[in-house]
Amino acid sequence: MSLKREISFVLNGVRTRATVPVEMSALAMLREVVGLTGTKYACGEGECGACTVIVDGKSVCSCLMFAVDCEDRELTTIEGLVRDPLGEKLEQAFVECGAVQCGFCTPGMIVQAKNWLEAHPHASRAEIERGIEGNLCRCTGYVKIVDAIAAVAGREP
Amino acid sequence: MAVEEYWAPTALPAALEHLSAGEVTILAGGTDLMPQSHAGRVTLKRGLLNLRRVPELHGIERDGAVVRVGALCTIGELMVDPLVRAHFGLLAEACDHFASDQLRNAATVGGNVCNASPAGDTLPPLLVLDAEAELASKPNGSVETRRVPLAEFFVGPGRTVRAPGELLTALWLPVPPAGFVGRFFKFGTRPALDIAAIAIAIGGVRAGRTLTAARVAYGAVAPVPMRARATERALEGTPLDAAAIARIAGVARDEVRPIDDVRASAWYRRELVFNMTKRMLDDVAQA
Repeated sequence: MSLKREISFVLNGVRTRATVPVEMSALAMLREVVGLTGTKYACGEGECGACTVIVDGKSVCSCLMFAVDCEDRELTTIEGLVRDPLGEKLEQAFVECGAVQCGFCTPGMIVQAKNWLEAHPHASRAEIERGIEGNLCRCTGYVKIVDAIAAVAGREP
Repeated sequence: MAVEEYWAPTALPAALEHLSAGEVTILAGGTDLMPQSHAGRVTLKRGLLNLRRVPELHGIERDGAVVRVGALCTIGELMVDPLVRAHFGLLAEACDHFASDQLRNAATVGGNVCNASPAGDTLPPLLVLDAEAELASKPNGSVETRRVPLAEFFVGPGRTVRAPGELLTALWLPVPPAGFVGRFFKFGTRPALDIAAIAIAIGGVRAGRTLTAARVAYGAVAPVPMRARATERALEGTPLDAAAIARIAGVARDEVRPIDDVRASAWYRRELVFNMTKRMLDDVAQA
């Protein structure tokens, strides 16, 4: 029986409470305790970026974060970008550019792109490629993904 | 053993008290601890100690001729910090080569040091910059600290001189003198999210075509990230013409002690050390 802790944090703007085993990852908490499954589990070791979330304004791999460490922090997941202006623009650009193939990497790509563009609003294509270097697309559809992010950054595809 | 206690203290003395109780796993950024514990390579101990909320472990501040870097600073914070960029450019460069944006936002410099991987990205630059590790403990009711030169900190893969009751609280980096030049090189098969096959850091004070107070460190070519003392002696004060550079790079090739593994053969690592040391010294000579 593992030790559990009750934690409180802000999730997509809403104060949230959850009871979690102390060994649990933030990703497992989001998917299995809170029930938000937009954040994807793939490699589980920080190599693929499918589980990217924003914590206190910085994007991180939620699979590497302990859920208990979310205490008193602000989390934004792909679900929280629905009503976010930049999130909406990215969603639209991904659709228009055909940047979604199987779709599994898409939530992580969009969350990472949002966080990167906030810090680098006029990112060049090379800077966008650097920004998503921690996100893998197994369909290898990178060109259209970069096209979509570049369109939002005001760059010609 | 299952975790029986979890602490997230908000001051250093409290953190050290938890640590002195023994059987404690330290959590900083979590980027190594989480996958290692899930894969069973590390077993979480009785107590889990989360350091994130300890203010003494954060911040980068200049104190006279030395800069104190809190152990909980993330790689991303180091990479963009004005003091780091102004004085420790090769460290900022190593941070830029570190994993990916998401990992740089979470991984801490203290974690990189304490995990003591021979391939840790920040370690060759920190060695060249003469960094010292500040270790704190609370053995008899009061906080005690000591400083250990990083060159004496690593004793084997994943092993350091840090005692179980000690916490790495900060790194102290002397501000290099005027004329200091530093270079960093990391070789991997792709730019992002790669573990170094080899890494090289070189630093020294340039006077004409020579380097004095020369420092050379290598990663992923020995059981620990290593200062290359013989290479440093060969480099010290030597006019850097083509023949001298080739000779110094040859000393480096003989000095490193690489192994064969999945990332590269020992032979290939030695060739890389020779060729890249040569190229970096050429670059320093022409700077």
